[in-house]
Amino acid sequence: MSDIIKTENLSFSYPPDEGKEPVLALNDIDLSIGQGSFIAVLGHNGSGKSTLAKHMNAVLLPGGGKVWVDGMDTLDESLLLEIRRRVGMVFQNPDNQIVANVVEEDVAFGPENMGVPSEEIQRRVTAALKAVGMEEFILHAPHHLSGGQKQRVAIAGVIAMEPACIVLDESTAMLDPLGRREVLDTVKQLNREKGITVVLITHHIDEAILADRVVVMDSGMVVMDGAPGEILVQVEELRKIGLAAPHTVELLYGLRQDGFDVPLDALGIQECADAIVGSLKS
Amino acid sequence: MKPIIRVENLTHTYGANTPFCRNAVENVNMEILEGEFLGIIGHTGSGKSTLIQHLNGLLKPTGGRILLGERDIWADPKKIRDVRFRVGLVFQYPEYQLFEETVYKDVAFGPRNMGLDETEIDRRVRSAVTFAGLGEDLLDKSPFDLSGGQKRRVAIAGVIAMEPEVLILDEPSAGLDPAGRRSMLENIRNYHRQKGTTVVMVSHSMDEVAENVDRIVVLANAGVVMSGTPHEVFSRAQELLSVGLNVPQVTQVAMELVKRGIEIDPAVYTVADLRAALSAWKGGGK
Amino acid sequence: MLKDITLGQYFPGTSLAHRLDPRTKILLTVLYIAALFCAKSFVSYGVVALLLFAGIKVSGVAPRALVRGLKPILFIICFTAILNLFYTPGEALVTFWIFRITKEGIFTAFFMVLRITMLIMGTFLLTYTTSPIGLTDGLESLLNPLKKIKVPVHELAMIMSIALRMIPTLIEETDKIMSAQQARGADFESGNLFQRAKALVPILVPLFISAFRRADELAVAMECRCYHGGEGRTKLHVLQYKTRDYIVFLAYVLVLVTVLVLAHFGL
Repeated sequence: MSDIIKTENLSFSYPPDEGKEPVLALNDIDLSIGQGSFIAVLGHNGSGKSTLAKHMNAVLLPGGGKVWVDGMDTLDESLLLEIRRRVGMVFQNPDNQIVANVVEEDVAFGPENMGVPSEEIQRRVTAALKAVGMEEFILHAPHHLSGGQKQRVAIAGVIAMEPACIVLDESTAMLDPLGRREVLDTVKQLNREKGITVVLITHHIDEAILADRVVVMDSGMVVMDGAPGEILVQVEELRKIGLAAPHTVELLYGLRQDGFDVPLDALGIQECADAIVGSLKS
Repeated sequence: MKPIIRVENLTHTYGANTPFCRNAVENVNMEILEGEFLGIIGHTGSGKSTLIQHLNGLLKPTGGRILLGERDIWADPKKIRDVRFRVGLVFQYPEYQLFEETVYKDVAFGPRNMGLDETEIDRRVRSAVTFAGLGEDLLDKSPFDLSGGQKRRVAIAGVIAMEPEVLILDEPSAGLDPAGRRSMLENIRNYHRQKGTTVVMVSHSMDEVAENVDRIVVLANAGVVMSGTPHEVFSRAQELLSVGLNVPQVTQVAMELVKRGIEIDPAVYTVADLRAALSAWKGGGK
Repeated sequence: MLKDITLGQYFPGTSLAHRLDPRTKILLTVLYIAALFCAKSFVSYGVVALLLFAGIKVSGVAPRALVRGLKPILFIICFTAILNLFYTPGEALVTFWIFRITKEGIFTAFFMVLRITMLIMGTFLLTYTTSPIGLTDGLESLLNPLKKIKVPVHELAMIMSIALRMIPTLIEETDKIMSAQQARGADFESGNLFQRAKALVPILVPLFISAFRRADELAVAMECRCYHGGEGRTKLHVLQYKTRDYIVFLAYVLVLVTVLVLAHFGL
């Protein structure tokens, strides 16, 4: 599996307030993201997870170290458009990333900027809207859509650029549970069926269950990195850095203290119930 | 406990006579009891925002009425501002309404509109920021220099400072990270306990509501579909799922356990309760 | 409520008016406005009004929405009417204190009101039937020759398009901020002019801050989608004049020539 994104000793700090020392928002990060994977990046507010995301398509440039997108150095300005075409970004506030007043025009915005011929744009717009399940809204005005629908339009706008990777920078933070579900189902499907790499930046630990790799950040550093089953069960460690394990894990963790013989990594509802039943029957 | 607010046959129609005409709430009847911590749940579009804006007179019913302490709040439309002081409403993402140069001035905006004297305003501002979980050292800072979570607390303090009889919070924890959510909810619980006044929290997080409130009202499709204690509401988990709402994860696990032949009460909603139930079941030896 | 403002909003549809090339519609609107300013009498106004009614009919716009669209500028209309009513010299009909209503005044006021109303309605029709991007594309294409003299046509068009896109969002936001401040006892409806202006501060400050934040985020989002100015940009829908455009345009010009001829003969 080749790496779509690779960082090496990546450091970054925002310009400090007057008279203050700069604080490292990212501190010496080495991270490789394989093509086709689904990665969740967890961390509390201010842990550096959004800053990291913004390095993945050259919205921010490294203060130290390097970032490669599909082998391209993000510091090379001549590659900027090519990098952004490869890695699409969906942001937190759906209202602040929709450019047009009609869904199809908005989805077309990326391909238009890339100079794709008209007939090809039309094909891509239709395909992208279909991929996110919004084809019936093609002529709707985005501001009449729900939050989840708007985010799916934003995702379609990225898909239409035919990227290798989508970064969702807290794109579910402002949505209700229904909207979150819509967005997560959509990206999961894109990952599975189209092989698009997904980087999901979030502080909702439950969302990380969907990923096949979880990266946890704290004070600008990667503090944990592994499969969900390895990371999400570390109840104490997660609590220490301001996160919380999923309720299923909390429950299993508690039951173990009560003398139940249950595994901790039964993350889903079904698995969790099965594990408990298993321990009760034995 | 006696009701402090009664909603009677409330209907609100938006955009009457336009293509966008729809009833945001339809024939809603409910009560808010004095001193209780009430949770209102429902997903976006269930009418909960419209409902709460009626409780403090920001919206006028197109049908039905709202009684605050036995009096129709629209009996004298000129006095509607007094209703807003008695029923404090904190909107969703309230940090986007801050406007003053200092935290102090912003929190004092409500009390000042009430026409209170400076000593009273000062007392209320200081008390309110403490309830909202902010230090008094922030009072002279510009609210725009604060972090997102702190800004939200300033906005909440701005409503608490009016010392309302009923405090309504619309999604107070939306967009906060887990630690931020936890401490925000703790502050709200403390406020309720120490003040003893009525608190209404609107949320779409089942887990959050389940763990904090005395009573729940569930809204769906512009109306009330059920109400009761968390135990009563979550014992009807199937109905919640059928109107597109979630149930707490712990309840989902309990429901699955019941399906698998473990005879426990599926209407549990905290980790501690399910642990206790399972230990008891195990102790009882099947 | 602010939400009820329909002025400048686009309503997607498939009527003939919706399907016309945006450039045709822009040109028609310009000609319509020109005609409106040439019209001097009941007859010529009648002809222009006929055009307007035809436009309304063809676009399928609800007359009620059209009237509602006028609400926000009611004040300007009344103001103009009153000004013209009292300050047009001529043969006095009624005189009281320092006011004098003349016959000419009544006529001018009437025509001014008619002119503004029809002007707004006409442009309303344009925005009602043309998507903002269509409008922008149309303008950009019509103004393209100006690029030769270094007018930033694409940039202007993009600015306009984004402004139009943001209007509904900002209106909604204003509504929300107003409600939030009212919940803290803000009073926008009483007091003298100075107090009322002061009462707007709690709305305007958060609104501006939010608008800047949104602009910032939108700019980043656009760059992430490879936006780099107008150079090398293609379009989803390429503008193309169709037979219907020529027909409508021709019919229209005929009517307008009639107005000019009528105006020439003082009608």
